[in-house]
Amino acid sequence: MRNIILIASKELRSYLTSPMAYIVVCIFLLLSGLFFVLYLTNTSFNDTSIQGFIDPLSVFGVQAGGNILLLLFAVVLTMRTLAEEKKLGTLELLLTSPVRDSDVVLGKFLGSMGILTIMLILTFLYPLLLVILGDPDMGPIWTSYLGLFLLGTTALSVGIFASSLTANQIVAAVVSGAILFALWVIGIVAGNVPEGLQEVLNYMSISYHSVGFETGVIDTRDVIYYLSLTVLFLYFSIRSLEASRWS
Amino acid sequence: MIRVQNLTKYYGERLAVNNISFNIDKGEIVGLLGPNAAGKTTTMRILTGFLMPTKGDAFIADHNMATDSLEGRRHIGYMPESIPLYTDMKVRDYLEFFGRIRGLDANQTHTRIDEVVQTCHLEEYIDVIIGKLSRGFRQRVGIAQAIIHNPDVLILDEPTIGIDPIQVAQTRNLIKELGKEHTVLISTHILPEVSIICERVIIIHRGKIVAEDNIENLSAVLRGSRRIRVEVKGPADRISIALRRIPGVRRVMREGDFFIVESPAEVDPRAKINETMVKSGWTLLSAESVEMSLEEIFLQLTTKEDEEEPHQ
Repeated sequence: MRNIILIASKELRSYLTSPMAYIVVCIFLLLSGLFFVLYLTNTSFNDTSIQGFIDPLSVFGVQAGGNILLLLFAVVLTMRTLAEEKKLGTLELLLTSPVRDSDVVLGKFLGSMGILTIMLILTFLYPLLLVILGDPDMGPIWTSYLGLFLLGTTALSVGIFASSLTANQIVAAVVSGAILFALWVIGIVAGNVPEGLQEVLNYMSISYHSVGFETGVIDTRDVIYYLSLTVLFLYFSIRSLEASRWS
Repeated sequence: MIRVQNLTKYYGERLAVNNISFNIDKGEIVGLLGPNAAGKTTTMRILTGFLMPTKGDAFIADHNMATDSLEGRRHIGYMPESIPLYTDMKVRDYLEFFGRIRGLDANQTHTRIDEVVQTCHLEEYIDVIIGKLSRGFRQRVGIAQAIIHNPDVLILDEPTIGIDPIQVAQTRNLIKELGKEHTVLISTHILPEVSIICERVIIIHRGKIVAEDNIENLSAVLRGSRRIRVEVKGPADRISIALRRIPGVRRVMREGDFFIVESPAEVDPRAKINETMVKSGWTLLSAESVEMSLEEIFLQLTTKEDEEEPHQ
């Protein structure tokens, strides 16, 4: 645990000393703010809605679920985690220090989760506006945040896994982007397939499982889905580091 | 302190390290000498637990680096050839991170940072971002990182490559100093370097150990000798004595069913060997020069850096 925290705090500090995290967070806040305003002005004013930045596609009338902005954010934020260590060669120092491979992966994961948390806290501004200007139902807002957090951590674990595969950050970004897009898009495809298959596709998709949270429902199945996917990809990342020793 | 037994490593089809064995006792400074692509880095990576061997075992302080790597890694300080650094960190933060991650608590780390910064002459650069340091200073940070937790064993891969001559001399002195308290294994492809720093040298070529000795003996050998591998049918003990009596022969060694006859480079004892064997009634099956003689390796090791293959 000590090593995980050491690596996580180093990771968090390197995020905060590089411009990358600031740029990514700023763009996220800017775009989600824009979607928030668009949503509120384009639809009849709905006093409980933060859907505008929870689900940016809803602005365009697409009820897809799953925040693609957040997925994009996770891709960009995690692409360097292990790929850069590989490129600099510092992974060789980490992996020859008395720390477990799982410490390295979990430390990276916790570090990036720190940035995710900071970013979500910064978006509190939008519901705060709703509270000041209206009388929103706080229930769906809190569950939406829980959903965003779970979706975000899942995306981070996918990103770390992709980053463990290569020393090239661009390749890592493309791979994690592809995995996340695939997991997201099957939820859209599910609308057009026979019923039996539809359920299967829905169950596998990260977009379908976020709809409940957006409407104020905490379904344990959704929570377990995100958590198990996160654990799975973290496990893959650890195995991928282990495998590099056998090259 | 370091024990390597029948270590073999394949990268896919390519054989990088071929069944090597050696021991390094506590307090020794040993050089792993060999041309590029000889298997030095691979050997070190297996010793540090970064790579798993295909066959054989590597032990650090009696911990098998394949099965008990975590314990073994507590005893080593390692500087890879590329000197990996977090270029966006200050020297102090970098050393602190690796001190803590190798098991020191916050207080110990700060004391040790002050000490290693002095040892490696980094006092003025302690608060400089690593990315702004020149190669010579980066290399000192690399060594500081390797000794921050005061490890029993220091493994330094090509520690003097790519820095200017004055810094090379300083680094060699530093390594000699460190050798007083640590067991040190360094790799190098520069022959004079081992004779300056090391007490013992292991010469490795194409993944095999071709010679292992202390500096004096080895330089005598390297001054010029010829090795012939002889295969004879007959009583081994008597053959060995007979071979030794041949004029010009320096030593005779047994290698399985073969005899290795060593003589000065300018003497070719093959005709004499044949004559002696025939006279004694033994059948000489073959007598040939050993494929890669030490002189050839020596030549390769002393070639100038710009003539070498570009990568390892």
